[in-house]
Amino acid sequence: MAIFYVLLLFIIIAALIAVETKNLLSAVICIGAIGFGASLMFLFLRAPDIAITQIVVEVLGLVILIRATIARDLTFISGDKEFFATVVSIVIIFVIFLAGIKVFQTLPDFGTSAFTAAAEAPGMPEPASQTYISQGLQRTGAANIVSSVVLDFRAYDTLGEATVLFTSIIGATVILRKKAKKLLEDPDK
Amino acid sequence: MLYALCFLLFMIGLYCAVVKKNMVKIVFGIMIMEYAVNLFLIMLGYHFGGVAPIIDKSQFDPGTGQIAGSFLNNSVDPLPQALVLTAIVIGLGSLALMISICIRTYEKYGTFDITQIRRLKG
Repeated sequence: MAIFYVLLLFIIIAALIAVETKNLLSAVICIGAIGFGASLMFLFLRAPDIAITQIVVEVLGLVILIRATIARDLTFISGDKEFFATVVSIVIIFVIFLAGIKVFQTLPDFGTSAFTAAAEAPGMPEPASQTYISQGLQRTGAANIVSSVVLDFRAYDTLGEATVLFTSIIGATVILRKKAKKLLEDPDK
Repeated sequence: MLYALCFLLFMIGLYCAVVKKNMVKIVFGIMIMEYAVNLFLIMLGYHFGGVAPIIDKSQFDPGTGQIAGSFLNNSVDPLPQALVLTAIVIGLGSLALMISICIRTYEKYGTFDITQIRRLKG
């Protein structure tokens, strides 16, 4: 239990530094600290698949971020936005935070799985997670229940994920392409 | 209490995305929000004394096809883990897209400051 508090406080401190530091490269490194802290936390939350994926994604993301900021961290932003707008947005965020705290109090406490708690109410059908746990091995032959969900029970979800990923990569390549197509005239010239 | 800390992390990201003037800082804010939501979903599925949702050899009887009750009762929820796995990978894709937009904007305007990027129709 204590380890979760320690890791989460570490993540929050890293997030605060990443938000407030002036140097973009330091902010990138703090984002990396958040990501690897989150990966450790996933490991302690008994989600090893997520932890592995998080590490891989974090390394790739840091490479992308450093590519974006390495020679460009000389942009010094002088002064904040208008004082009034900043105060208003902070007040609104604080109000949302207070309202959210009320909502989180209605959830079951940390450490009692919300999904199994809902299933113990009378008249409720068996939750999908319980079906996956008890029948995932017979139906799909995968000892890892998470991979049986990702690749078999909810394979369409994975297909959609791959579609979104490739669409975003196509978008990034189109945006980063140096030369326009020869046939199209450049409207700027 | 842990949920509240997670929500605080989300709010830090929201503050960063709303208030900051640097484009890359806005991307960082969106990333922080993403981490917070992923952590929260995984936390919802956890319970004390839980085991990872991977069936061990000793917990499976190949003769009868029965899974030991110690796994059935103690495994953490696999469904949010599967969905968060999807969300993390999509987060990488959207990060690449946002950063490429930032790079092109920097090449065109020479700054990340969103208040100095006026001529967006160009």
